[in-house]
Amino acid sequence: MTETADRWIGASVTRLEDLPLVTGRGRFAGDIDFPHQLHMRIVRSPYAHGRLKSVDAAAALAMNGVAAVWTAKDIADLPPIEFREGPNENLSPYRQAVLAAEWVRYVGEPVAAVFAEDAYVAEDAAECVFVNIDELEPVLDAAAAPTELRPGLGTESTVCRQGYGNVDTAFRDAHTIVELDVSIGRHSAVPLETRGAIGRYDAARDVLELHGAAKVPHRNRESLARMLGRSTGGVHLYEGHVGGGFGVRGEIYPEDVLVLVAALRLGRPVKWLEDRREHMIAANQSRQQRHRIRAAIDGDGRLMAIDDDFFHDQGAYLRTHGARVVDTTCGILPGPYRLPHYRVAGHVRMTNKTPCATYRSPGRFESNFARERLMDAIADKLGLSRIEVRRRNLIAASEMPFERPLVALGDDVVYDSGRYEALLDKALAHIGWDALQRDVASRRAAGEYVGLGVAIYVEKSGLGPTDGARINIHTSGEIEVITGGASIGQGFETVVAQVCAEMLGSDYRQVRVVHGRTDRIEYGIGAHATRATVMTANAAAVAAKKVRDKALDMAAQLLQADAADLDIVGGCVVRTGMIGGPAISLGDIAHHLRPTSSTRGERDPGLSAEGWFSTSHMTYPYGVQIAVAKIDKGTGAVRIEKLLIAYDIGRAINPMLVEGQLVGGFAQGLGGSLLEEFRYDERGQPLSVTFADYLLPTAQDVPFVDILLTEDAPSGVNPLGIKGAGEGGIAAAGAVIASAVDDALGASGTISHLPIMPQQLKMMIDAFEATGAAAASSGSG
Amino acid sequence: MSGNPSDKVEIALDVNGRVHHARVEPRKTLVDVIRDDCGQTGTHIGCEHGVCGACTVLLDGEPVRSCLMFAVQAQGCKIRTVEGLQSGNELHPMQQAFMDHHALQCGFCTPGFLMLAVGVLEKRPDISDEEMLDVLSSNLCRCTGYQNIIKAVKAAAHTMKAADD
Ligand code: FES
Ligand code: FES
Repeated sequence: MTETADRWIGASVTRLEDLPLVTGRGRFAGDIDFPHQLHMRIVRSPYAHGRLKSVDAAAALAMNGVAAVWTAKDIADLPPIEFREGPNENLSPYRQAVLAAEWVRYVGEPVAAVFAEDAYVAEDAAECVFVNIDELEPVLDAAAAPTELRPGLGTESTVCRQGYGNVDTAFRDAHTIVELDVSIGRHSAVPLETRGAIGRYDAARDVLELHGAAKVPHRNRESLARMLGRSTGGVHLYEGHVGGGFGVRGEIYPEDVLVLVAALRLGRPVKWLEDRREHMIAANQSRQQRHRIRAAIDGDGRLMAIDDDFFHDQGAYLRTHGARVVDTTCGILPGPYRLPHYRVAGHVRMTNKTPCATYRSPGRFESNFARERLMDAIADKLGLSRIEVRRRNLIAASEMPFERPLVALGDDVVYDSGRYEALLDKALAHIGWDALQRDVASRRAAGEYVGLGVAIYVEKSGLGPTDGARINIHTSGEIEVITGGASIGQGFETVVAQVCAEMLGSDYRQVRVVHGRTDRIEYGIGAHATRATVMTANAAAVAAKKVRDKALDMAAQLLQADAADLDIVGGCVVRTGMIGGPAISLGDIAHHLRPTSSTRGERDPGLSAEGWFSTSHMTYPYGVQIAVAKIDKGTGAVRIEKLLIAYDIGRAINPMLVEGQLVGGFAQGLGGSLLEEFRYDERGQPLSVTFADYLLPTAQDVPFVDILLTEDAPSGVNPLGIKGAGEGGIAAAGAVIASAVDDALGASGTISHLPIMPQQLKMMIDAFEATGAAAASSGSG
Repeated sequence: MSGNPSDKVEIALDVNGRVHHARVEPRKTLVDVIRDDCGQTGTHIGCEHGVCGACTVLLDGEPVRSCLMFAVQAQGCKIRTVEGLQSGNELHPMQQAFMDHHALQCGFCTPGFLMLAVGVLEKRPDISDEEMLDVLSSNLCRCTGYQNIIKAVKAAAHTMKAADD
């Protein structure tokens, strides 16, 4: 890529976002301050389950510098936190109140809020708020028989059911039935920046502002306005820098509502910053599921039916997503395979733990693990290789677009494009599968516990339905793109700039991308479900095309040429193919289009346009992951020695950023597979509350991740042909690591739970060694 | 009346060659004072218990976790933060390498990694790759998977050495 060319789509250019971030000039939530602000500190329940008898704030209120202490009765007029998708009568009793009133249901549940002049004082005062709770027996096992949290409120909040065909007949006619009981531990995004929220009421404009917003500012504005009884015109959200989102940051939590209400009622800006311990008990957790899954197989190893009954440990409340993670799990579980009959029931079970919601690749990390464990088990049972059994079941390219009568994220599942088997072949060739198998076999014969794993998966991205963008070219020549997207570290600004620069024949560094601001654009989908690139980039492309047409039209008049003979090169309109000829810059054209310009004619003022992009369906990227895992005989520790992600992205706008997303995502998935787990003791006390007992992967733990990016199946549902990459690295990480570790143990099916713990492996290995069962005997198929 | 933790004391801190005067409680951590009282918010807080390294600054050239010490303890030391890395408009080779190699996504961990790597390389320009990996594994990044951070640090080490030779 030469720096002068105007071909930006597909170029691995460096990011526009980076300069402030490497020079310490970022603006994260903690960096935002307003004059005369108060600091908020939350008093949290120390019990997992109990009856809240009283809260005594007298001592705290008497302290110097304390402005107020609120309990539930001070905000009794506020409704519980809403579901983003709107009211749901059946689920509404499970919503979380902003402050607990009568019952507490998890350790960390907000019970009172202290407001003080200084963060240290607020913390001191919070320690002097005395909470009187009668502790009750906690519910901790989501898979146990349902019971009641309190009279009339059952632990099974809902059951999501999907399916098609005749599952019972298929099982009756099956050649073989394979059954598994597999589970995924509770872990979550744990971004490096904790949450933060700053509420500010500007009485002069009658606008209530929330700073530190992320992810879905526009959607949250609607929910918050409804909860607070204000017009959306009087509520604005501002996204600054976000220190990692991954699904967890940017949802509406009790603290966000509190800073806003306090800013209104106390008449001063209110700042809240979460500390790490709070984050580990109060921010959304995720993933915990147990699947009782079985498959009916014909004599050739082809899937006839899958029947899955799974239990989702939702924690104490249903948060903004309602039951969406469970629904997605149901809709996406069949993955890349042909499946004639399918039945799934996802039980959303309430427990006395921190509430759960989405974490990067929600419902897919879990279902890919369950399904791919099943495929390995089928291979093992039928004596087929793990590659062969997958190959026989993959949906063929000729079957695309492939419809399944299922729903994921409220969208009918239609795989738009895919050449799954071709990608599998490319991945096997790239990593040298045959040689690798021989190598692993000989190492195993020499007594090493080393194994190969494989996983194939379909991701989803670009959830619609519609997103818009507005472009305005300033007289300076700067191209301003105003989007309703959000940037959570994924390189959103750079990608949108690349698309606009390409359409407008300009340098991408001339483009300024605005995002995460409800005061600049009316609508926006934000950044979740890997949709920002697909939706917003396509909308920006539509707007850029309009601006381009307008620029050429104006230039045609100025250059006395036919617009059809003009092109934009290097930020100037020129005659196509004529080097050194007359040229007029976009900035000059913008000047000619000022309202007061005499050359403007009948054209609307401004070199600007708005563009909208709509899609009826999501787009489905897909991938193959292959891993080599080695278990240390002495410690049981797993080392991933080699890792390949082959991923078809349709079309990559910036391959370097796509690779960054895939590698980073895999590293997180490795954490959830080998290190990370939120544990609770038998009283529901959280045991993983610091980085010393909840282990994030370090530079030592993450292997070199090899990426094979392909563009074999451009999306048919958007003009740029792009699919998202945000979740493709993590989606199958648990599946592939389990497959490899299982193979290393030479005993297919021993790994049925994530995270895989060294103690457990050590015990297995010690048992193998004692019985003399050589690990070399089987595996690696 | 001494011993009350909320009695403020006068301190002077040398941050990036500029002396900042502040009245702070003795219990106030160095990172809080750097951020709140000196206004240098490039140094971040990720855990406040000494594990993540987001708060790494150089204290007399040595990388330290500024969440683990009190500001009063840093008096008389030369403190360097991310804001002091560039000279004029020229980025430090480490900053440039992080941009060139896409070694940051959200950028929250970045100042800590920059200070850690610069601090180590200034003392030990010939550090082996293995030892450097060991050093880098003392800070956490949740976004990048570290691959590009390692690449960037290697590239910058090279540039820094070439500039020294
Ligand atoms: S904030 Fe200091 S080590 Fe994490
Ligand atoms: S770039 Fe986000 S934590 Fe490192």
